Amino acid sequence: MTKISLTVDGSKVSDDVEPRMLLVQYLRERLGKTGTVIGCDTSNCGACTVHLDGTSVKSCNVLAVQADGSEVTTIEGLAAADGTLHPVQEAFRECHGLQCGFCTPGMIMQSVDLLKENPSPSEEEIRLGLEGNLCRCTGYHNIVRAVQHAAGQGATTGAVQA
Amino acid sequence: MTAIQERPAAEIGQERRRKEDQRLITGRTRWTDNLTLPGMLHLAMVRSPFAHARIVSIDVSEARTAPNVVDVLTGADLGESQGVNINAWPITPDQVAPVHLPMPSDRVAFAGEVVAVVVARSAAEARDAAELVDVDYEELPAALDLKEAAAATDQEGVLAHPDLGTNRSAFWKFDSAEAGTGGDVDEAIQQARADGIVIEREYRQQRLIPAFMEPRSVVVDPTGEQLTMWSATQVPHILRFALAATTGVPESKIRVIAPDVGGGFGGKLQTTPEEWITWAVARRIGKPVKYTETRSESLVSGHHGRDQWQKLTLAAEKDGTVTGLKVELLADMGAYVSLVGGGVPVLGAFMFNAIYKFPSYQFNCQTVLTNKTWTDAYRGAGRPEATFAIERLMDELAAEVGVDPLAIREKNWIRHEEFPFTTVAGLEYDSGNYEAATARAKELFGYDELRAEQQARRASGDRVQLGIGVSTFTEMCGLAPSRVLGQLDYGAGGWEHASVRMLATGKVEVVTGASAHGQGHETAFSQIVADRLGVAFEDVEVLHGDTQISHKGLDTYGSRSLVVGGEALVRAADKVIERARPIAAHMLEASVDDLEFSGGRFAVRGTDQGVAIGEVATAVFAAHDLPDGVEPSIDSEATYDPVNFNFPHGTHLCAMEVDTETGELKMRKYVCVDDIGTIINPLIVAGQVHGGLVQGIAQALWEEAVHDESGTLVSGSFVDYLLPTAADTISFEIDHTTSPATTNSLGTKGVGEAGTIASTPAVVNAVVDAVRHLGVHDIQMPCTPERVWRAVNGAGSGGSTEGAAMPHFGDQEAAGNQEQPGTASTEGAGA
Repeated sequence: MTKISLTVDGSKVSDDVEPRMLLVQYLRERLGKTGTVIGCDTSNCGACTVHLDGTSVKSCNVLAVQADGSEVTTIEGLAAADGTLHPVQEAFRECHGLQCGFCTPGMIMQSVDLLKENPSPSEEEIRLGLEGNLCRCTGYHNIVRAVQHAAGQGATTGAVQA
Repeated sequence: MTAIQERPAAEIGQERRRKEDQRLITGRTRWTDNLTLPGMLHLAMVRSPFAHARIVSIDVSEARTAPNVVDVLTGADLGESQGVNINAWPITPDQVAPVHLPMPSDRVAFAGEVVAVVVARSAAEARDAAELVDVDYEELPAALDLKEAAAATDQEGVLAHPDLGTNRSAFWKFDSAEAGTGGDVDEAIQQARADGIVIEREYRQQRLIPAFMEPRSVVVDPTGEQLTMWSATQVPHILRFALAATTGVPESKIRVIAPDVGGGFGGKLQTTPEEWITWAVARRIGKPVKYTETRSESLVSGHHGRDQWQKLTLAAEKDGTVTGLKVELLADMGAYVSLVGGGVPVLGAFMFNAIYKFPSYQFNCQTVLTNKTWTDAYRGAGRPEATFAIERLMDELAAEVGVDPLAIREKNWIRHEEFPFTTVAGLEYDSGNYEAATARAKELFGYDELRAEQQARRASGDRVQLGIGVSTFTEMCGLAPSRVLGQLDYGAGGWEHASVRMLATGKVEVVTGASAHGQGHETAFSQIVADRLGVAFEDVEVLHGDTQISHKGLDTYGSRSLVVGGEALVRAADKVIERARPIAAHMLEASVDDLEFSGGRFAVRGTDQGVAIGEVATAVFAAHDLPDGVEPSIDSEATYDPVNFNFPHGTHLCAMEVDTETGELKMRKYVCVDDIGTIINPLIVAGQVHGGLVQGIAQALWEEAVHDESGTLVSGSFVDYLLPTAADTISFEIDHTTSPATTNSLGTKGVGEAGTIASTPAVVNAVVDAVRHLGVHDIQMPCTPERVWRAVNGAGSGGSTEGAAMPHFGDQEAAGNQEQPGTASTEGAGA
């Protein structure tokens, strides 16, 4: 067991963990942060994406011990303390960028990071930036719209883009 | 009770943002795997690495002593308590099907089958101990190739289940001459051979994996008076029924909950061995138990979809007027006949004739057992296979006649003034307008301009050629009239149930038997009820997915929730109004006959006197002053059995660029105009269409479940099974024409499967169209660059892809399930 101390969604936490424990397992099983989900076992799907010291990571690809001393933000810590949604969360709802919602936490966390790196991405840049996150419901169409919307590009939110 | 004044004129048709989203975008979710109960234990499964083997012995001693292991159980330990996994649709009376025990103790029939289960205090400890279970197998020959399996007998070849003496599960036939719905197809083919056109093709529907994003998970709590199962399922009601029917627990003692469910696409339309094992373990140990599969387990053990060989013969006159269609299918069931099983290809039986006026038609389907993962419904279920076949054939016919693919379709389709139209398969299409959808699609697509560009590229010998693919599809959805299901030997009905509860505070609780897993029922159903009862959208709460709340239902699949479940809801709401009417009259001191209900308010005709339905609900709650003999409730319920299937249609147009030197493909444009009748929420509809399109496009271009020569699934992780990403796909242009359905009150048609059904042939038609002038008339799916390159270079339809699917395994030959289509007969299918 190794002792780790870190900040998760603004709260300081400290635990003894097995060296093999993944960050996503730590978040879900020890902290009850079940907003972050596990969709695969090969680091392909990105459903578990969180921010580690401000950068998006797949939390299945980080050991809990590697997060020692770091600041982690999950989907549960993205909205403001008063409940005001992050603009990317709001954009996903506005543009119907989710259906079943399982990929959504990872998709939103990745989109936030993408827009931080590139506030005015082209459609191509958005698509490449989300390549590591799989969605089976939306066909990505409205996820791309949501990122454009959050970037203030006035993306169409209507159903018919004719 | 003034909410009615704030309502928009009509909720139906509004792009309401979804009620479901707030919790999903903030991580406040209830996926089954998120549940933790006091004292809960965790399971890990031990799975067979062999496709077919006898279990000689299972040594659990070492696993049993591992840290925090509570028990290790085999099929022999569980015995009859494990129940059995059922097939609800034996398609013929003499269907051959092996008994499907959740955990067999003597023989495994596919790689991935469970042979032992470890129970431990944590999931990690259970998984560690599962590695310590020592199973001694005696490997048996495995039946893997579909055609070979169909041809095998107890004398020759390999049997998936030797005791059965055959791999042939069932043979199902429809013949229009026998049914009296059309002529004799063999005569039509004979006539066409003499003096017309005969198109003969063999197409492969490759095996796909539904690959919902949420891995399946199940929690069973045996500690209450009712045993409770939470499961990531599309079918909580069917699950409850099957548990009761097979495990000896009275149905009234079983509560099944489908909490937030992360996608299904048919893949969670199942009753699974893992659910049954978890049920049995929890009952045995008396503690809450959870099992959550890994993605790799999901891909190998969750049911697969498609997997057919299709032998097709289309007869036509010289001018391209179709005269007959004969279909001979081989359908791979995998190792067991699953819940819907052979019913999946049979659902396609009525759709091969599609929108065209075939005078004669015959459908033959042989279902076959193999030692591969079992197959069942995957988005579209039978109808994508049928649509692919007919839409590819119509392109081939157009090429033969030498006309535009749209012209050959128009020559043969049902004209809009001919509805309702009874097809050669015996279905009555209630409404549609193929001309209007096609005209709109051509306009959006810029059809004539793209055809001109195609000509220019061909003329200049451009390295990158342009292809235009057409798919004018229809489908049958809204499963289904119970009477028809009975005629087809399905084990249940096709009705749906709804109830509407009027709360004292003016809020409305709606309970539906449909069970959403991403479709947005809470939003769309709220819109329907808000309009029907004249209450605020926000005041409607939609409850579902828990058999103790929604005690009655048949769940969500087959694009049925809106067209069947929505109609039940309309009827329940109408009953509320009728029950409220005499009470409103009493409150207004008026005659019932003088009341009219509009905008949520009962008004006395010709006066300004009125009372809102919410006020009636409050009066009923108090019950201080009701008319004599009137029950103090206006809550109502309805169970609706559809009178007919439902027939959405549309025209899909796809432009593909094909690099003739490398085989690289690029989707340039995709336009679809779907006629799905009245639209409740355009935003939700668009999402369904987009997602459906990409799943169908993925079959055309990327996805394939590949087994190696020993029956191991080599595309068994997301590294190897190629789900499309945002970078692989494009934005779509979608629109709608509207021919309201005539068989439900709202005029709605299903939309959940439309995109998937329509898009696969549109894409393949585009790819083939791009290189048809180079002598190519087919490319096998998925149309990988390698296959396209090979086809362009004269190697038929591109050959098998197993080498590319399993790069880690070197250059070995594999996957007998993938050979080239050819002139060899689809052995065993057809008369």
